[in-house]
Amino acid sequence: MSWFLGIIALAVLALVAGLILGFAAIRFRVESDPIVEQIDSLLPQTQCGQCGYPGCRPYAEAIANGDELNKCPPGGQATIDKLADLLGREAKPLDAAHGEEDVKKVAVIREDECIGCTKCIQACPVDAILGAARQMHTVIADECTGCDLCVEPCPVDCIDMVAVSVKPERWKWNLDQIPIQDVTHTNAAHTSAKQATNKQVQTQ
Amino acid sequence: MIEITTTSPLHHFPGGIHPPEQKALANQTPIQRLPLAPMLYIPLRQHAGLAGDLCVEVGEQVLKGQALTRPGVDNGLPVHASTSGTIVAIQDHPLNHPSGLSGPTLYLQPDGKDQWLEHQPIADLSRVSHRDILVHLQMMGIAGLGGAGFPTARKVAGAQGIDLLIVNGVECEPYIVADDRLMREHAAEIIRGSRLLQTITAAKQVVIAVEDNKPEAIAAIEAALNEGNTSDSNLMLRVIPTRYPSGGEKQLIQVLTGQQVPANQLPADIGILVQNVGTAYAVARAIDHGEPLVERVVTITGQALTQPGTAWVPLGTPIEHVLNASGFQPSKKQRVIIGGPMMGYTVASLQVPVIKTTNCILAPTSTELAPPEHEMACIRCGACEQVCPASLLPQQLQWLAKAKDYDGLKQHHLADCIECGACAYVCPSEIPLVQYYRQAKAEIREQLIEQQKSEIARQRFEARQARLEREKEERLEKHRKAAEARKAAQAARADSGEDDPVKAALARVKAKKAAQQAAEPASESTDAPVDDKKAQVAAAVARAKARKAEREAAPAQADDDKKAQVAAAVARAKARKAEREQAEQAAAKQEQKDGEQS
Repeated sequence: MSWFLGIIALAVLALVAGLILGFAAIRFRVESDPIVEQIDSLLPQTQCGQCGYPGCRPYAEAIANGDELNKCPPGGQATIDKLADLLGREAKPLDAAHGEEDVKKVAVIREDECIGCTKCIQACPVDAILGAARQMHTVIADECTGCDLCVEPCPVDCIDMVAVSVKPERWKWNLDQIPIQDVTHTNAAHTSAKQATNKQVQTQ
Repeated sequence: MIEITTTSPLHHFPGGIHPPEQKALANQTPIQRLPLAPMLYIPLRQHAGLAGDLCVEVGEQVLKGQALTRPGVDNGLPVHASTSGTIVAIQDHPLNHPSGLSGPTLYLQPDGKDQWLEHQPIADLSRVSHRDILVHLQMMGIAGLGGAGFPTARKVAGAQGIDLLIVNGVECEPYIVADDRLMREHAAEIIRGSRLLQTITAAKQVVIAVEDNKPEAIAAIEAALNEGNTSDSNLMLRVIPTRYPSGGEKQLIQVLTGQQVPANQLPADIGILVQNVGTAYAVARAIDHGEPLVERVVTITGQALTQPGTAWVPLGTPIEHVLNASGFQPSKKQRVIIGGPMMGYTVASLQVPVIKTTNCILAPTSTELAPPEHEMACIRCGACEQVCPASLLPQQLQWLAKAKDYDGLKQHHLADCIECGACAYVCPSEIPLVQYYRQAKAEIREQLIEQQKSEIARQRFEARQARLEREKEERLEKHRKAAEARKAAQAARADSGEDDPVKAALARVKAKKAAQQAAEPASESTDAPVDDKKAQVAAAVARAKARKAEREAAPAQADDDKKAQVAAAVARAKARKAEREQAEQAAAKQEQKDGEQS
């Protein structure tokens, strides 16, 4: 008789647990995979598609489903390390098949060559190009992610990818990069500046 | 509520050091005026924030004190012409910045007249609105002259109704004596400026703080206070013990009040505002005399100079000119430092100009201030922790910075580091600790900017995706609606008894088909090509006949072209007629056949 009671007790327990789990599955249902959000927030959001996915979020979803971490050249090693840290996976070096880590760039349209075809506007994933049909286009530099996607569709090749120059307010204290000059003697910058000024004076 | 009396006890901040002062080098002589430099380089941006908008052109004549920029998008400070002359160029020039980068700079060639623009002082503060006073200070280009060059008007605007205004004459860094000399020579105006700042901020109390290593400056301030009979409980002088870095804003507040400014907060949040004595002087000049900030006291010191001292230097003067005027005798590998030996930076070019924040130009000999030796390993002696005025753990921060553990650095409050350099000063291994912190801070700031930018990019990407999706749906909807409209119109036409357009189109197609099968005698629908051929043959025969008739007509009436042409035309018409007849015949047959089929 006791074995029968045991089975009944276990069955009741299982039923109760099942009901709780079933309730929890409905009540605490998560709409989207939160890990995808976390991965997406680590990706650089250039939307360049170099990973082979149409944007950063699709790649984040792919990573969550087991794709490799090392397909994002704009993010570089720093992003790979952060992703590896988040997911508890091994940090691999950047996969060269998807491109190499490069300095930060911004697209610049040579405006007098632009024919106003709007092709680059359609290609820009973040709507950072301004213009209309048969009117000159220009890049909103602050919004440009440097993804390169506008360069290829341009029929007249008037888009350049220019490395972003370092501004003093965003300088990273790399003292080693400052060229060492002998300040005791008149340096090259000085003479060139003087020449420029003399020229200006002469032209007046 | 903070209340300070002349006898209230002074407090201590943790740590601190006593480096050799070296102030006697430059503070023995009065503030001089150097000859004007042949060219002034005025950078568009001389304060914290973005540069203003340019309002002069190349070739323009400007007067001393004329604004060269106006506040731009950032509502920053304008820069002014430091003397009268001509703007000869606007181009990149080495900036007075540790990075050695270049930036947009106005080249002002002085005309030697030093002719002022008409001054616009504020005669009576009480008759001008508070806002107008702040705008006046902004338009006069007044920035904090003690350190970072923060716009004074903005700092004052954020500190209304405070308990305590501290006028900082501590000047704790070795070598620097600019504020010392200014206090000795212009004590009355500093007090006037302090009073003005008190009026503007409605501060309950003003304390002028001076370190006890400047007895002459203390005496001068005391004399000015007594002379003007302005010494009351609201404005007092406090002398504090000499210890580096007691001139730091947060350290000075702690010494005077015993209170600490909480992390990530401003002194204004605890009811205190700190202004440098030089700023107080500039405020007095700007309000009482309408003089914009076009010059400042600069300490010119170091043993590589034969005549060290202090001077009123017009902003934009290249430091090479200042050094040469002070008997610069450079040695090999001569270093020139902007600021003091603790917090200053070596410049990459001697053409960098003096700007609003340049309080000292230091040209030391290599024996006087040894260039940084090779860094050695940390021996964990803990000396840095003993001297840190912000109670941080410099050694731990160093490990974290080397490991690029930015989260760890944040947890260890790197942001509270004032970069005073006390830790690096005492380090027996000569580790440039502050350099590590600065790089880490810059990296953290950069990551923050990148994160914000990527968040914006993500939002823009998602907005674009949503827009494309919406446009696609709108297009589909439009197509669907157009199709519905067509159907409705068709139904309406059918109802009103009009010809069905589909039927009409079908009939047209049939007619066309029939025409193609021209001159088709056969009743079989399968031999259409044959019918075609027959028709062609008949046409060809007719054409041949016509040509024959033409040929026949030609020799007979060779002299009469007209007749021949008429005959030919008739023959052609006949041929065409024959063709048409054949075609009609075929069409009739086809119709007959179609009728049979249907």
